[in-house]
Amino acid sequence: MKVFLFLILFVFSSLALYSQVRKPKAPAKASAGASSSLLKLSAGRGKVVYAVNCLPCHQADGGGVPNLNPPLIQTPYVTGDKTRLITIILKGLDKDIEINGDTYSNPMPPHDFLKDQEIADVLTYIRNAFGNKAGAVTAPEVKKLRK
Amino acid sequence: MKLLFIVLLAFLPSLIIAQQQNGKAGTNNAGLTLPSGFNAIIVADNIGKARHLAVTPQGDILVKLARLKDGKGIIRLRDTNGDGIMDSQTGFGNYGGTGIAIKNGYLYASSDQEVFRYKLNDKNEVIDPESPEKIITGLINRRQHESKSVTLDNEGNIYVNVGAYSNSCQVQDRRQGSPGRDGCPILDSAGGIWQFKASKLNQSYGDGARYATGLRNVVGLDWNQQDNALFVMQHGRDQLNMFPSLYDSKKSADLPAECMYMLKKGDNAGWPYIYYDPFLKKKILSPEYGGDGKKEGSSKYIDPAAAYPAHLAPNALLFYTGNLFPGKYKNGAFIAFHGSWNRAPEPQAGFFVVFQPFKDGKPYGDWEVFADGFSGSKEATETGRAQRRPCGLAQGPDGSLYVSDDNRGTIYKIAFSAR
Repeated sequence: MKVFLFLILFVFSSLALYSQVRKPKAPAKASAGASSSLLKLSAGRGKVVYAVNCLPCHQADGGGVPNLNPPLIQTPYVTGDKTRLITIILKGLDKDIEINGDTYSNPMPPHDFLKDQEIADVLTYIRNAFGNKAGAVTAPEVKKLRK
Repeated sequence: MKLLFIVLLAFLPSLIIAQQQNGKAGTNNAGLTLPSGFNAIIVADNIGKARHLAVTPQGDILVKLARLKDGKGIIRLRDTNGDGIMDSQTGFGNYGGTGIAIKNGYLYASSDQEVFRYKLNDKNEVIDPESPEKIITGLINRRQHESKSVTLDNEGNIYVNVGAYSNSCQVQDRRQGSPGRDGCPILDSAGGIWQFKASKLNQSYGDGARYATGLRNVVGLDWNQQDNALFVMQHGRDQLNMFPSLYDSKKSADLPAECMYMLKKGDNAGWPYIYYDPFLKKKILSPEYGGDGKKEGSSKYIDPAAAYPAHLAPNALLFYTGNLFPGKYKNGAFIAFHGSWNRAPEPQAGFFVVFQPFKDGKPYGDWEVFADGFSGSKEATETGRAQRRPCGLAQGPDGSLYVSDDNRGTIYKIAFSAR
C-alpha cells in the first residue's frame, strides 16, 4: 500500500518536473528593426527625463503612491490613447482619477516646459517600462498637440 | 499510519507560522518590533481603509474608513468572548472620512467636508446609527489634504483641521518655478484649525473661529490634558527640489521637518511662507517667497514644540494617559507616521509609531521608535511599498494602545505585560 502511494507521488512529481523543463521557449523576437532600436534609444533618453521630472511622484518603480499619485503600470492612461497621454503632460491633470478601483487625487502640474522630443522620449519610456509594452511616441505627435 | 504521521509532521511548521501571523500566539508580536516587555496582537484585519479610531470604556472599537466598505463608513468592532480578538463587526455611516472621537456621551465622526455626532447610550453604544446630527458642514474639500481630523477640549469645543489644497500656495500648484501667491488666499478657508461648538447644529465657517493658521495639513491632533492645550502634527511641504539650484534631491528628501505644534488661539505656524529646518533649527523663508535656503522668515510665526524627519507623514497623535505602560510613557505622546513618498529617489522612511517623552507638558528628550515593522520588510520601507501603514491611534480602557492601518485594514493592540 505504502509503495503504491509512493509510486503515484513519484509519477506525478516527475510529470510536473518534465512539463516544466519542456515548456516551449517563447518564439524568437522579430529581428530588431530600425523602429525598435529607435524606440530603445528614445526610451533610454526618456529614462533620464523620468528621473528628474516624474520619479519624485510616480516613484522609481512606476507604482505611484496610494491615494495620491497614480501608478503608471498596466493602465490605459499610459499604454492607451497617445493623444490623452500627451495632453496630460502638456496640460497637467487636476481631477480624481480611478485606476483598478483606487482613486488618486494629487494634482499633476503641466509639464509644457519640456521639449517635444523630451516628452516623446519620456512617454516612450513609460510605455515600455514597468512591464508595459506599447508603441513609441514621436516629437511630431507632441508638437501637433501643443498649441 | 506512519505516513499519516509524517504528513502531519510536515504540515506542523506551516500551522505554527499561520498561528503566529495571526498574532494570536503572541510570540512574534504580529510582526512588530517593540520595546522589551510589550506585546502586540492583530485584533481585526481587512476591515477597509482604517483611518482614525476610538475605543469606548467597554472596549468596543469604532473605526472611520476613508472610503465606504460594503456601504459603511464607520466600523464597530467588538470582542464578544473576551479573548481579545474583535470577533464581531458591524457598520454604519454612509460617508468616507478620517476623523472620529468620543466625548461626553457622543461619538463624533467626519466626512471630508462635514462633522456628525451620534448620541451614545449608557453602554457607549450608538443609539441611532442612521440619523446622526450634522454639527459642521461646508468645509473646503478640494481633493488635496482633504481629510478632516477632529479632537475636543473640556469646554464643549471641537477642533477640526482644514488642510490647504496646495503644496506651497504657488500660482500653479507644484509647478517648477511658479511663485508663491501674495497673501496666500487659501488661508481664508483652509490651512489651519477651526474651532466649533460640539453641540450646535449646521455650523460652517461663519459660526466657528479660525483657531490657528499657517498649518499646511494636519492629520494627527490631540488635546493635551496637562497643558489643557491643542497639539497638532503638521505634514510639511513637499518638493523643495522644484528649486534645483537651491535644493538637490538629498536636501529635498531631508527638508523640512515634520513638526509638532502646541497651539493657542490666534497662532500662526507660517505655512506657506516658511518651513522649519531641523538642522539649522530655524524657520526658513520658502523659496516660492524669495527664500534661498538660508534666509530666515518672520519671527511672528510660532516655533514647533518638536521636530521629526521630513516627509514621514504623521497621521495620528495620542497623549498617553493610561496606567498599563511603564511610568515614562504617562502623558507622553505617541505619533503614528504613515510613511514617506516625497523622499524619492532617496530611500523612503517611516511606517512606524514613535514615542515622544514629555515632562511638565512639554516634549522632553529625544523621540524613539516605539513600534516598527508595519511595512513588512526593510525593502518595502525603502521602496515605499509598505504592506501596512500606521494611520490612527487610540487608547483602550485597560491602557493598551490600538494602531490602525489604512492599507490592509489591520487593527493592532499593543499591551505591556512584563514588570
